[in-house]
Amino acid sequence: MSLNIIVLAKQVPDTRNVGKDAMKADGTVNRAALPAIFNPEDLNALEQALRLKEKHPGSKVTVLTMGPARAAEIIREGMFRGADGGIVLSDRAFAGSDTLATSYALNAAIRKIGDFDVIIGGRQAIDGDTAQVGPQVAEKLGIPQITYAEEILDVNGKDITVKRRIESGVETVKGKLPLVVTVNGSAPECRPRNAKAVQKYKYAAVPSEVANDEKKQEFIESRPYLKIGEWSAADVDADLNQCGLSGSPTKVKSIENVVFTAKEARNIENTDEELENLIIDLIANHTIG
Amino acid sequence: MADKNNLIVYCEYEDGKVADVSLELLTKGRQLADQLGIKLEAVVAGDNLKDIEKQIFPYGVDTVYKFEDKRLYPYTSLPHSSILINLFKEIEPRIAFMGATSIGRDLGPRVSSALHSGLTADCTSLEIGDYKDVKTGTEYKDLLYQIRPAFGGNIVATIVNPECRPQMATVREGVMKKEEKDPDYKGEVKNLEVDKYTNPEDFVVEIINRNVEKSKVNLKGSPIIVAGGYGVGSKENFELLEQLADTLGAEVGASRAAVDAGWIDHDRQIGQTGVTVRPKLYIACGISGQIQHIAGMQDSALIISINSDPDAPINKIADYVITGKIEDVVPKLIKYYKKNSK
Repeated sequence: MSLNIIVLAKQVPDTRNVGKDAMKADGTVNRAALPAIFNPEDLNALEQALRLKEKHPGSKVTVLTMGPARAAEIIREGMFRGADGGIVLSDRAFAGSDTLATSYALNAAIRKIGDFDVIIGGRQAIDGDTAQVGPQVAEKLGIPQITYAEEILDVNGKDITVKRRIESGVETVKGKLPLVVTVNGSAPECRPRNAKAVQKYKYAAVPSEVANDEKKQEFIESRPYLKIGEWSAADVDADLNQCGLSGSPTKVKSIENVVFTAKEARNIENTDEELENLIIDLIANHTIG
Repeated sequence: MADKNNLIVYCEYEDGKVADVSLELLTKGRQLADQLGIKLEAVVAGDNLKDIEKQIFPYGVDTVYKFEDKRLYPYTSLPHSSILINLFKEIEPRIAFMGATSIGRDLGPRVSSALHSGLTADCTSLEIGDYKDVKTGTEYKDLLYQIRPAFGGNIVATIVNPECRPQMATVREGVMKKEEKDPDYKGEVKNLEVDKYTNPEDFVVEIINRNVEKSKVNLKGSPIIVAGGYGVGSKENFELLEQLADTLGAEVGASRAAVDAGWIDHDRQIGQTGVTVRPKLYIACGISGQIQHIAGMQDSALIISINSDPDAPINKIADYVITGKIEDVVPKLIKYYKKNSK
């Protein structure tokens, strides 16, 4: 049985190692200086999708992302690793979306795609760490969810069996398709790029990436597999009241940069004598020992 | 059930015990409810609940809503979501809290989506305050400030939900303090009928196997923690930290960067998206000190920072700063501890 699989992915700034070059003079983060990457847990999700495709020949993996046209980079990355294609959901109307407005927009795009058996996304994105979009998309589509997945064990007819990794251990759960699965970082890593796929898809693009290049447009027009979808709010019949800022119940009241109130730190020289004295002090005041 | 606009906490329950994170939220909830002059309520859904309210009332809870059915344990998303969605429609809570656990983070978003109410994940602080919408000029009194680090911990954001109710937030275990209000506090128990709040289709996802492991890591309970960050540099150097921890009788913890680098298991991560700890001694090795990490350890009684960068942000909250390489300093600490302890 072949499956239609949608992978939810996000292009995120790499917040994991904000180096000094990414800090402005006033101590704030220069977001533009951070590289944009495929959200790590979404890659774990893609791997689960590709494994399902291998087990169920004829299956199709579509990567769906919301963001600027530039986010087509991660669709291409997904295609280099085995996805069949993708869609960038892009519109100014989506700017300022909180998780709920994001989920609404993704739900509208998924309804537009229409035919799907399973939707797989990362548990959370590293720029927000909320883990909210997966379950909210499921709720908006009116389908069940299985979160914290480590492995999709089996799909048989309408039954899906998934191993979950939660604080207290491991659970094996059985659900019915269609549903949403969100995948943990503890799941297997995504396979690397496939050289053939890179050759095949390196010129894949969304229309606005090639808007000023007629040659490329013609090239893509003659090879439909290179066409990455680019959908606006209108394309997915989204209700603008539920998009962007107006569709977001949460508002950011204020943002503060992190400033530490300095303590009177004592500097210990990295010498044998000072280190030994520190240890002796800590033993004497019963902090250690 | 006319009692509306109160503060409610979804209580998790395992092996006959209410989860610590839920009791911590009740403690915080009581404090905020007092400030707002509203009641504190709790909802618990599961099987074999017996007299669970006895564990809940001492935290100053006025009403416990109980949903008991063997299909409600172990937790699955849909029935628990339906219960909260339908209960919240009825009692219209002003504020709702749940633990930022694999349960709360599965349940919260689903409920917030159905009710179109805002939800803020992994808050590190919750306060009451006013808000003025700069665009419309509308002023709002006594909103819930949901405060959390964002953007990898480089900023702290204060989030509000001006229009939508309930104002929802999740908080990780250990972030709030747990404190009983009064051991004799008595509230009311309301036993509610599960079938009225759920649909038969909600039970479509079933748990076919559950393998509960007791965590081997006890970061929260350890008086001494030796934690490593990206500056540790390698898995081999992490072994040095383990040696130091063994010598001192400490647990090993880590920053997110070290976990992401694959040098140590994620269950040892300290910080906003990991565990919050308050040991009497915290030895930070090669940790630069992003707020997301600081949020999880700043209440340590004594902090020693070992870092090759004398300007590492963590040094600002440290009591002792040792500037040097991990592989150089840590073996010396081990040596001198062994020499001077009996």
